[in-house]
Amino acid sequence: MNFMTTTTVKRRKKKSQFVMVWERLKQNRLAVAGLVILSIIVLAAVFANLLFDYEAMAVRQNASIRLNPPSSEHWLGTDEVGRDILARIVFGARVSLPVAFATILIAAVIGGLLGAIAGYGSRTADNVIMRIMDMFLAIPSTLLAIAIVATLGSSIRNLLIAIAVSNIPPFARIIRSSVITIRNEEFIEAAQAIGASDKRIIFKHILPNAMAPMIVQATMCIAGSVLSIASLSFLGLGIQPPTPEWGSMLSNGRQYIRVAWWVCTFPGIAIMLTILSLNLLGDGLRDALDPKLKN
Amino acid sequence: MADNILEVKHLKKYFKTNRGTLHAVDDVNFSIRKGETLGLVGESGCGKSTIGRLILGLHSATSGEILFNGQDICRMDAQQMHSMRRQMQIIFQDPFSSLNPRMSISEIIGEPLIIHKIVSSRAELDKRVLELMDVVGLSQRLENSYPHELDGGRRQRVGIARALSLTPQFIMCDEPVSSLDVSIQAQVLNLLKDLQAEFGLTYLFITHDLSVVKYFSDKIAVMYLGQLVETADSDELFRNTLHPYSQALLSAIPEPRAHHKMQRVKLTGELTSPINPEPGCRFAKRCLYAAPYCTGQDPVLQDFGGNHFCACFRAEELREEAAGAAE
Repeated sequence: MNFMTTTTVKRRKKKSQFVMVWERLKQNRLAVAGLVILSIIVLAAVFANLLFDYEAMAVRQNASIRLNPPSSEHWLGTDEVGRDILARIVFGARVSLPVAFATILIAAVIGGLLGAIAGYGSRTADNVIMRIMDMFLAIPSTLLAIAIVATLGSSIRNLLIAIAVSNIPPFARIIRSSVITIRNEEFIEAAQAIGASDKRIIFKHILPNAMAPMIVQATMCIAGSVLSIASLSFLGLGIQPPTPEWGSMLSNGRQYIRVAWWVCTFPGIAIMLTILSLNLLGDGLRDALDPKLKN
Repeated sequence: MADNILEVKHLKKYFKTNRGTLHAVDDVNFSIRKGETLGLVGESGCGKSTIGRLILGLHSATSGEILFNGQDICRMDAQQMHSMRRQMQIIFQDPFSSLNPRMSISEIIGEPLIIHKIVSSRAELDKRVLELMDVVGLSQRLENSYPHELDGGRRQRVGIARALSLTPQFIMCDEPVSSLDVSIQAQVLNLLKDLQAEFGLTYLFITHDLSVVKYFSDKIAVMYLGQLVETADSDELFRNTLHPYSQALLSAIPEPRAHHKMQRVKLTGELTSPINPEPGCRFAKRCLYAAPYCTGQDPVLQDFGGNHFCACFRAEELREEAAGAAE
């Protein structure tokens, strides 16, 4: 019969990992919402110079318009020294977001590697690494960050180091525990049987399977990192005024909450939206990276 | 013998535990000839999988020799072991956990080829992977699927294809069908048989299911608590079972006849602990025929003619008794 001869084996088209993850992510509405919000915040931060005049709107003090409520001129009102809150939020994103992302990236890479070595390596390596991590965990992370910034001096670089260091131990612990679970799976033995090197086993077999909790942890830690930057700034150890920063705006506005709710509300909403979008995106990414949850 | 592909001599593997030394494999000797299948039978925890892992170098032996084509695996460095792995492969029991869930079927089958640098280009890799999938009866459309999208039988075929990818001489099958449906078991066993005929493979077939080995093996070795208790050619073992433990195992095979009344040898008592075992026959505590002299010293494998070995103090006696009863 004719159709028999023309039938060819239908092979599923090979797609790159990135395309596949993207396609799965697209189907998750909440994740897309998170991505959209985050993109708006990031774009606003990137093009802040085109939107507002930094000097005139975000830094220069103008007592005649202090604590003005939201109006057509100042959409989100002005603060206690007459600076435009919207402009300061947009410029604040330029500080909070890159620092938060950078700290978590550093913490995740270092913590992930340490955790993988502790989980896969010898018992001695495990003990040494994890006891050091325990020591760090025993110190409250804010206190640790304060100590680091206070010793090194307050600058964005030192702030970054401080927050990254205090975030390493949770990553190391999470990765270690998932590595230990996965190490005992039969497919690791299978990989050893075909002669895979330890490096290949860690990077190709263990880490991809240990990613899910790490991604969730990372999105939550970015949120925590935004808050850490804010609290350190509040204590005068982070971003120095007059550079706009969400956390310091929030804490400054705290004093005026009865007479001018907008001063601390809008930076708070900015922090909340950023964290919310990151969490939504993180959840979506975790699902999209897992081929088992496809479709 | 020159045609022995694998010889295991005085192999021991002890694990240290908090309660003492666990004798997982205790002085085991056997050999497999090229192209043959040895069925290694025993109940859970008797050390049969440990033997498999030792042969593949996934565990290191406490003492003893494993000669593969005359070379001792226990004394190889990492480099030699790496090239040795091309010669011997393993098929795992559980096709659900032995495949990396994050890798596609073609990646799983192709990985050994990449590790051992057997293929030089992407196109060659794809071609070889498709060939292997064809050999084990997997449709090409599954190439980019993931393990969780396949059923147990297909996954086990992926595991077989992965083992075959390095064109090994020897494959260790660690209960390859015991987690599959009965209908699929037959398919996979037939596939393994066909592959053996096609590629001249040698199998070490580890299982607890005697009805499977009966069909599959040339020789059978029965194991109890880390020791071999009886080895014989497959037919011989089924016809002329000597060791009381083997008899109990054989009597547990269901007969596919409606009115056949099974005469089961029921074992009572718990499995003796493999931790710090006392000298003497380890089966004695559950054995129906145990005599006082069964404990105190270890039984050795005695030759009963025709390649039939049995480690039982009373084997001779019991055989005569049985012969007397039959008359």
